Amino acid sequence: MSTILIIEQILNGLQFGIMLFLMAAGLTLIFGVMGLINLAHGSLYMIGAFAAAAVAGATGSFLLALAAAMAAAALIGAIVEMTVIRRLYATDHLDQVLATFALILIFSEGTRWIFGSLPLYLNIPSWLAGPVTLPGGIQYPLYRLTLIAVGLLVWLGLWWLIERTRLGIQIRAGENDREMIAALGINISKLYTLVFALGAALAGLAGALVGTIQSVQVGMGEPVLILAFVVIVIGGIGSIKGAFVGALLVGLTSTLGGVFLPELFKLFTDPATAQSAGASLASMSIYILMSLVLIWRPTGLFGARA
Amino acid sequence: MKKLLSAAAILALSAGLASAEVKVGMITTLSGGGAGLGIDVRDGFMLALKQSGRDDIEVLIEDDQQKPDIAVQLADKMIQSEKVEVMTGIIWSNLAMAVVPGAVAQGVFYLSPNAGPSQLAGPGCNQNYFNVAWQNDNLHEGAGAWANQTGYKNSFILAPNYPAGKDALTGYKRTYQGELAGEIYTELGQTDYAAEIAQIRASDADSVFLFLPGGMGISFLKQYADSGVGKPVIGPGFSFDQDILGAVGDAALGAVNTSQWSKDIDNPTNAAFVESFQAEYDRLPSLYASQGFDTANLLISALDKAQPSDADAFRAALKAAEFDSTRGEFKFGPNNHPVQTIYAREVVKEGDVLTNKIIGTAIEDHADAYAAECKM
Repeated sequence: MSTILIIEQILNGLQFGIMLFLMAAGLTLIFGVMGLINLAHGSLYMIGAFAAAAVAGATGSFLLALAAAMAAAALIGAIVEMTVIRRLYATDHLDQVLATFALILIFSEGTRWIFGSLPLYLNIPSWLAGPVTLPGGIQYPLYRLTLIAVGLLVWLGLWWLIERTRLGIQIRAGENDREMIAALGINISKLYTLVFALGAALAGLAGALVGTIQSVQVGMGEPVLILAFVVIVIGGIGSIKGAFVGALLVGLTSTLGGVFLPELFKLFTDPATAQSAGASLASMSIYILMSLVLIWRPTGLFGARA
Repeated sequence: MKKLLSAAAILALSAGLASAEVKVGMITTLSGGGAGLGIDVRDGFMLALKQSGRDDIEVLIEDDQQKPDIAVQLADKMIQSEKVEVMTGIIWSNLAMAVVPGAVAQGVFYLSPNAGPSQLAGPGCNQNYFNVAWQNDNLHEGAGAWANQTGYKNSFILAPNYPAGKDALTGYKRTYQGELAGEIYTELGQTDYAAEIAQIRASDADSVFLFLPGGMGISFLKQYADSGVGKPVIGPGFSFDQDILGAVGDAALGAVNTSQWSKDIDNPTNAAFVESFQAEYDRLPSLYASQGFDTANLLISALDKAQPSDADAFRAALKAAEFDSTRGEFKFGPNNHPVQTIYAREVVKEGDVLTNKIIGTAIEDHADAYAAECKM
């Protein structure tokens, strides 16, 4: 196996990880600040992708489509927070899981009702299409490089927002003691709506960016949601830094495991068995990673609480 | 007792001549990610019923949500309380395996408009089970045969790591005679194929065979086109049909795929089907829609001769398959699976609509590989 292929696979792992980060960041933010398990986060991802496909189809502009994805997800996120989610903060996690699972069903069938059952068309704009040649002769799609850059920018932006702004101080305070910051005169319900909308917008952005190279269809959010939960459990619930490190770990493990485990198995079994056993073990690899991390640090890599 | 029975039969027969209601239970996938297939089967089926003008066939349609347990519950309800005599509709092989053996054991006729797992074609075949679509391996075997005809010598093959994926690669290898540049099982439901595409790029393959149904195929084709690898792609019609071509866009252009049906198969039934489907539903039919349409017409042709209550006569009428198929001639092999021609099609653009056009015949009069194991 050549060095070029290995480097290319590492880039693939990074890019996959960064996409997971966009999804996990919103999820962990919402869990960290409001203590809410939001299963409907995958639906917001789907809403972002559908909004992007609709706007790209109508206007032909990819940037407008991205803006629409974030706006639509944020708006629907805010509405859902104010009508449904708000009633769940005081309840236990089981009620939250039940209610947000119901939201998944409502959003999925609602989307089908509006857009029909067939997957929608959303493709890479011509100015980002095709491969570029990197130093060393590696051919790599420009769009995937752009995804890595966008993900890093979002990470920086979130870091700045949480560490350097007044809103960030309130978010961090809200994670620690919601009664106290309410007592200090912060409008806690407004803060919660804002954080929920921010998390939703990130999910919407991820949906639009990923939907562009994948399939924009009903139910597209749920498989990603499972991975995003693995990411925040590894990273430590509520930690943006944890989500970033966890996402990269999961992205790299999943990509490199899928490539190298079958190769490894080929050393001591026949190719067909190696392929199928390697592929099976590769799909388990991120869960094995998660259990190892949890044995070592039960609160996750950067988690403050159990 | 015997007298009573024959009296009942005469009554049933005369009622049949008047307007006996035949109850047909359709369990298919109408919600969730796989709904496009179920909706096409249902629409094709109902279109044929509508065109027949018969009002003695009552169809109960239920959504299995692509879940085996729900499909089994629905089947029990249909057989026990609704007393359906004929069932159809299931899209997925794992659901078919959960429902079909039990249903036919209770004397219900099952006409499969899509799933054709090898178990039901081989040792598990049943005289009341008829597959109107294909045995699962058929289109892959067609793809392998077409690869030989095209002169591909070194294919890179990939499919998801689940039973139908394994059947797909087995089917391709059964007919394909060249070397394999690589063989990959991807995760079921995988949406990012960067790692696999990098391996294809690094290999010395001259062609790529893929079986990635639904959203998996959309994702792969878009990413493959963007990667600039450019090796020719071949696969079964499932990844290149009307239900997903619109979403894949130009990335699918030029891909060769195999199918037992295409909208340009030249016969009057097919031309009328394509035209009336478009008029009725305002979209082009997929191969799934053609299978639903053929299933309904097979049922109607059998009902013209006998009622399901007269099981032997009805079974013989089904087996005779005297109906006008969208595929032209239609016949069943000894295991009640079609013996049919598999065509090679290419994805082309007609106006601004992506669709398929036949470029050749992959295999003629092809029977499945399991028929010999079927003892009926």
